[in-house]
Amino acid sequence: MEYTITIARQRPGGEKYRQTINYESDTDKSIAMVLTEINSRKLYMTDKQATPIKWECSCLQKKCGACAMVINGRPCLACDRRLSQWCGNVIEIKPLGKFPVIEDLVVDRSVMQEELKAVKAWLDSSSRADGGEVCYEASRCLQCGICLEVCPNFAPGDSFFGMSAAMPLTRLLRQMDDAQRAEVSKLYSRHIYEGCGKSLACRDICPAGIDIEDMLINSNALAVWKRIRKK
Amino acid sequence: MYISIIGAGLAGLSAALTLAERGIPCALISSQGSERAQSVLAEGGINAALDNMGEDDTTAEHFADTMKGGADLADPNAVKGLTDAAPDIIRRLEGYGVPFHRENGRIAQRNFGGQKKKRTVFAKSSTGKIVMSALTDEVRKYEAMGLVKRFCHHEAVDIDIAERDGRLVCGGVTFIDIYTGRKYHLDGRVILASGGLNGFFPGHTTGTVPNTGRLTALLFSKGIEIADPEFIQYHPTTVSACGKRLLISEAARGEGGRLFVMRGGERWYFMRDKYPEMGDLMPRDVVSREIWNVTHNDGCGDEVYLDLTVIPADTWQNKLSDMREEIRYQLGIDPVNEPVKISPGIHFFMGGICVDKCHRTNADGLYAAGECACQYHGANRLGGNSMLGALYGGLCAADGLAGEDVLPPEPLETGSDGGEVTTGFPDGFDGKLCDILLSGLGIVRDEKTMQAAVDRLGVLEREDLDDTQRQRLYLGKAMLMGALLRKESRGAHFRSDYPERDENYRKMTVAKYKDGGIDITYRDIPELEKGEA
Ligand SMILES: Cc1cc2nc3c(=O)[nH]c(=O)nc-3n(C[C@H](O)[C@H](O)[C@H](O)COP(=O)(O)OP(=O)(O)OC[C@H]3O[C@@H](n4cnc5c(N)ncnc54)[C@H](O)[C@@H]3O)c2cc1C
Ligand code: SF4
Ligand code: FES
Repeated sequence: MEYTITIARQRPGGEKYRQTINYESDTDKSIAMVLTEINSRKLYMTDKQATPIKWECSCLQKKCGACAMVINGRPCLACDRRLSQWCGNVIEIKPLGKFPVIEDLVVDRSVMQEELKAVKAWLDSSSRADGGEVCYEASRCLQCGICLEVCPNFAPGDSFFGMSAAMPLTRLLRQMDDAQRAEVSKLYSRHIYEGCGKSLACRDICPAGIDIEDMLINSNALAVWKRIRKK
Repeated sequence: MYISIIGAGLAGLSAALTLAERGIPCALISSQGSERAQSVLAEGGINAALDNMGEDDTTAEHFADTMKGGADLADPNAVKGLTDAAPDIIRRLEGYGVPFHRENGRIAQRNFGGQKKKRTVFAKSSTGKIVMSALTDEVRKYEAMGLVKRFCHHEAVDIDIAERDGRLVCGGVTFIDIYTGRKYHLDGRVILASGGLNGFFPGHTTGTVPNTGRLTALLFSKGIEIADPEFIQYHPTTVSACGKRLLISEAARGEGGRLFVMRGGERWYFMRDKYPEMGDLMPRDVVSREIWNVTHNDGCGDEVYLDLTVIPADTWQNKLSDMREEIRYQLGIDPVNEPVKISPGIHFFMGGICVDKCHRTNADGLYAAGECACQYHGANRLGGNSMLGALYGGLCAADGLAGEDVLPPEPLETGSDGGEVTTGFPDGFDGKLCDILLSGLGIVRDEKTMQAAVDRLGVLEREDLDDTQRQRLYLGKAMLMGALLRKESRGAHFRSDYPERDENYRKMTVAKYKDGGIDITYRDIPELEKGEA
């Protein structure tokens, strides 16, 4: 099958352009494999100045969050999406839109780390609870930023930090001592609870399959309503 | 004096925490954030003789199993330190809030290969991810305090090694901000925690693409010793998917999964037949070799299957739900109902930068820990010992620096090199090198194939190569030469022309690069120190 793959590219200086590549494949493949092949077979050489497509990857098996990008309008992990998952043979790839683009499909997601620092996402003293299933689920967050991409309320630099900050806190709030919980609960209210418009746009988008809504109910219960949800 | 840690996986984070908890500042440099490090892929768990399962497990047995699994090639004093420290390491992780699987309020432990007792602590089959999340959060506390200065998206491109009074000395690290191209130098001590050599086998390992092994190759070319490079672990149960070898964790067999091959129209559960005591949980080298044997046996089929249909429903639900989901997604089959076709794939590098039990290399001020170093695993690593080794190794390396007068890192900007973000693909040279190494360093090796591979490397060496390529070529050659000169079979190194173990080779291979040539020598395995038994 022949595919037309359009990639929204950007040179390091900021110049934007679109490149269309014809790509043939007899088998179903992940978009990560397609990008790897475009680079290794030099299919990007559609003109003389063409350079390899820059994109970030690591695990290739949807466990590290590196390869988040927007494919046919949907933010997703390139290693998680296959050619067959779209009807038709036209595929459009763009970098995540909420973060500064470094080059091509590589974006700078450092703001997510800064926000985690701002909400004091750590334990001041040794963990107070074993955590159980909720802590396990919350610990699975890849920090990929896909939930932020779809969130109507998130913009980098605003006071609302989004679900990627809420996930680590869902674990930590259960495990921290009372003094730290009192302090972090205030930060949580300001940067997560108050800014979340409950649009639930993030509900079905998480590539790790985390039940974000359930995690949020848990952390809201602790930080805002001051009670532990049993689960 | 400054301290730089290169790599932010388990080993790097453990080193950073060990320093920070004592108020010692460091720079933590990694090409990607901790969420992207290979350590997040670890599945089955971490070993520690907690004896939570009522089997009278002891650290002495953990020690004995590790030594035996490693075919007596590991440094017993280092292993003793590791296995003795393991229970405390788990307690430390508990304090950081790692939600390990629990039964009756206590941390549960599962069976893992090469160990008779339930010793492996786990969080379903996502142990690496869950531990990494907690460690990343813990390190963040010290980032906020200014003790750990993180340089994510920064790639280390050079490590200064100079000769002074006949000794090698490390002078610090040069690194580049991948996003801006700005180049920095930080002098002082370096702890290398840059992971295994996946980059030598792109597409053929279970690990991650960015662990290129570039720094190991660079250091080798500067006179840093490499130990046991011939020992490469093939994990018995992997499948080819998503552009790599996808691991099906040993936990699958720990929970009851079994291997079979078709013979005479019937399923032959060969591991259970051949090894009645440990069955499918024999060490990985043995299982991989048996898979090779049965598939090269005329009476059997060409494919080996992992039968997981015997695993009880509640085990799937509570301990392996993530594994089931992954197999379903990646392979399109449900392992609850159907056996999975598997074959061995490259999974771990026992060899690496040669370190002593304090993780010092042969250059003063340069330490190595985690999978980039050669320590603890001898000729074959036991499942669950590598996360432990990375955590403990990071701790030991940091311990060694604790007495020094350390300043908060102030890297010096030294220019610009044009940013180079990873494109996720190896160039033509890497493909050729990989091809040659695979041809010589399979599960079963012999003189002829290895010599042919060395000869092919000789041809490649005459091509027009850049410095990095040449360094990689030399390290590849060290792997092949280590294998060629070790005329015996031990652990992951099996030779059909020398199928027996030879005690004369109960020595560590040490490869050293000098003036365009590679020296291979052997070093005695130390005796267990007195009072350590
Ligand atoms: C699929 C899989 C499952 C596994 N399961 C288990 C298990 O159940 N139990 C177990 O004990 N072990 C397991 N292992 C092995 C174990 O996970 C690894 O050996 C261990 O995590 C290695 O940790 P590390 O800190 O040495 O390196 P890594 O986690 O690989 O980290 C390397 C770090 O170095 C950085 N880096 C590399 N090069 C550079 C450079 N030039 N400049 C800057 N930074 C650089 C990377 O960005 C990264 O941060 C598994 C491995 C795999 C692949
Ligand atoms: S919650 Fe899900 S979508 Fe959001 S950052 Fe974490 S893994 Fe990504
Ligand atoms: S490369 Fe790790 S999630 Fe895609």
